[in-house]
Amino acid sequence: MNMNASTPRVEMRGICKAFPGVLALDNVNLTLMPGEVHALLGENGAGKSTLIKILTGASTKDSGEILLEGKPLSFQTTGEAQALGISTVYQEVNLIPAMSVTKNLTLEKTVGRFGMISWRKAREMAREKLRRLKLDIDIEQAVGSYSVAVQQLVAIARALDDDTRVLVLDEPTASLDAQETAALFDIIRDLKSRGIAVVFITHFLDQVYEISDRISVLRNGNLVGTGLAKDITRNELISMMIGRELGEVEATFAAKSNATKGEPVLVAEGLGRKRTLKPFNLTLRAGEAVGLSGLLGSGRTELTKILFGAIRHDSGTLSVGGKSVGRSSPRYSINSGIAFCPEDRKAEGLVGELSIRENIVMSMQAKRGWLSRVPRRDQERLAEEMIKALAIATPNADKPVGQLSGGNQQKVVLARALASQPSILLLDEPTRGIDVGAHAEIITLIRELCQKGLALLVASSELDEIIASSDRVAVLRDREKIGEIEGADINREKIIQMIAGDDGH
Amino acid sequence: MNSKYLPLAATIAVFLALFLIGGSLYRNFLSTLVLGNILADNSFIIIAAIGATFVILSGGIDLSIGSMIGFVGVCMAVLDSLGWHPMATAALMIVFGILFGALQGLIIDFCEIQPFIVTLAGLFLLRGACFMVTLDSVPIHHEFVDVYNSMKIHLPGRGWLRSSAIVMLISLFLGIIIAHFTRFGTNVYAIGGDKESARLMGVNIRKTTVMIYALGGFYSALAGVVYALYTSSGYPLAGSTLELSAIAAVVLGGTLLTGGVGMVAGTLFGGMILGLISTLIIFNGSLNSAWIMISSGILLFAFIVLHRFLVSSFNVKGT
Repeated sequence: MNMNASTPRVEMRGICKAFPGVLALDNVNLTLMPGEVHALLGENGAGKSTLIKILTGASTKDSGEILLEGKPLSFQTTGEAQALGISTVYQEVNLIPAMSVTKNLTLEKTVGRFGMISWRKAREMAREKLRRLKLDIDIEQAVGSYSVAVQQLVAIARALDDDTRVLVLDEPTASLDAQETAALFDIIRDLKSRGIAVVFITHFLDQVYEISDRISVLRNGNLVGTGLAKDITRNELISMMIGRELGEVEATFAAKSNATKGEPVLVAEGLGRKRTLKPFNLTLRAGEAVGLSGLLGSGRTELTKILFGAIRHDSGTLSVGGKSVGRSSPRYSINSGIAFCPEDRKAEGLVGELSIRENIVMSMQAKRGWLSRVPRRDQERLAEEMIKALAIATPNADKPVGQLSGGNQQKVVLARALASQPSILLLDEPTRGIDVGAHAEIITLIRELCQKGLALLVASSELDEIIASSDRVAVLRDREKIGEIEGADINREKIIQMIAGDDGH
Repeated sequence: MNSKYLPLAATIAVFLALFLIGGSLYRNFLSTLVLGNILADNSFIIIAAIGATFVILSGGIDLSIGSMIGFVGVCMAVLDSLGWHPMATAALMIVFGILFGALQGLIIDFCEIQPFIVTLAGLFLLRGACFMVTLDSVPIHHEFVDVYNSMKIHLPGRGWLRSSAIVMLISLFLGIIIAHFTRFGTNVYAIGGDKESARLMGVNIRKTTVMIYALGGFYSALAGVVYALYTSSGYPLAGSTLELSAIAAVVLGGTLLTGGVGMVAGTLFGGMILGLISTLIIFNGSLNSAWIMISSGILLFAFIVLHRFLVSSFNVKGT
């Protein structure tokens, strides 16, 4: 550890990584200094996890190089990275709940004679590891019997060795309360003083400023900026995270008329759920697009899911089309004309192996019940119509959705939502992971849908997408709706200010 | 007491309770003679169940056990009639069992197919192979069989520890050492507890999976050898549905079918409980043998429910 302080501990240069249809990382550079806490920020899908996986050997890079204390590195597995002193604590605590603390701490690390484990030595090793974090727990108990906070610390204890040089903490505070977080930060400061480079991934801005020395922000696979925490203001940081400059096509739609504001079709009053989202009021009108803006973890997705009934509310009232909804459920919502396009289209939205036609018909079939099949001719007609209307680039309607590009997949999600002829459409991140051209097309589509009298809710991490597509913007911060802005008030500065909380909210 | 011993304690308690019930109902039941006979009569089931314990601890299942026992039996018998020494055949069959198990493990991990299907294929394959070897029951005449069956150790009282029981106890000891004192054993628990976490913690999943099923193959082949020597014959239908008895013994012994929780020692008592039930019903004399399966079924069901509550008390807090 007697390295010159000016030699970077780790230097990642020009890292590129492509997944089918998406460029996950585009020429990203990241430098970690010894004894610094480096916050890595970005929205979902910005490339944080991919970058970390490459650094820790869980994934391989397509191009670029990684230098550890000036020496080029190449490793294929997490084991090799760990041997070089690069350790990770993943977002979901990765331990075996049913096994004892000792076994979890020493798994694959035990020593003994003739291939036999000496549990006495293993216990010594476990105690030694816990002592580093000043953690005093019964090491014979199952890990699963402890709170998440303790499990988190055990996971960190496992990751730390005498020769640990880089420690990556992926969202370590996501499930900790304030006191537990403070305790964790004490430990991080201690690690820092021992010269370990700590990478800290989080979406809590307060914590970023509390603990980090330097900040790097990723967006859509690009490094947007990097700098000392004390030099970057909160507003600058938010702007870096969500403030993408839009192309000309998209910007033109910012000039919109909201002359045709129809009847309220969905009214939420005091709607909320404990620990998920504080009670909020929201009205959706026919022919109007409402944007939902806020940082990652502010409750955007939760709000759309509560409206759709995918998360059940425990307070307030919801009425759709003038009728009040008792127990909301996705099935009830679909039947009353609400369509929902979820954020994670692969996991929740589309069935990749099925064809475009089958995916589009699915929601109609659900609405009709499984006994009355949609005739094949109708299916084909509908699919052709949708492909034409949304300009889905495909040779025919029978191509499996999984083989389409991201933008076209998103259009199929839209087509499916529209096939059930909804009166209310909820879109969560409609442009996630798609290229700029398709991006503009989707926004155009959103505007057109609106003019046809659909009530729209668009949740997005892209500030300018919200500005371009919405007539009204609801802003969220820390699982709470903090305000709404309309018309001429909708601009970058105003929204960033609201999210940062500088305007007295 | 550490909560992980609770299921084992419950199993031992049930075993003792059944044994005492037997003792109160029938004269001469509470003796080392009965105990020694139960150990010897069920030794092959328990040996196979020890192997199955590892497979189930890892979250898998092995359905090929019964067919393996049958196949080893007919090979022992047919090779005996060709003049082979039973020990030579046993060695050959155990190597075959290990390789067959390893192949199953490799297919499970490499092709990412559920163990249920892979070992079901193994079940059919080996049973079919039994009928290819012989269609009849073939006796084993070699004098070694008599030597083997007459070997016994005196127990206090009138009981004997027969050679089958001795082999079983040695295999049990070996199983406990492997499960609790080797890296491989810890890795089995880790994979059964959470495969993805185990992978991220550096466990070599493929190597471990292959070794788990190879160990399962070793134990079922050994069970086949013990069964063939104990009955001094080979029969192509021998061991049918024995894999289910072995799985029942493992579950009664306190191992969770979902993997990650359980102890090898519990399997001994699980197997003994099954043996006790049939002994009790045979002692009664007036009850139909159907009651053996009915009461085993009820007990198995009660145990799964009991474990559900025992395990949920310490397993869910983190999630």
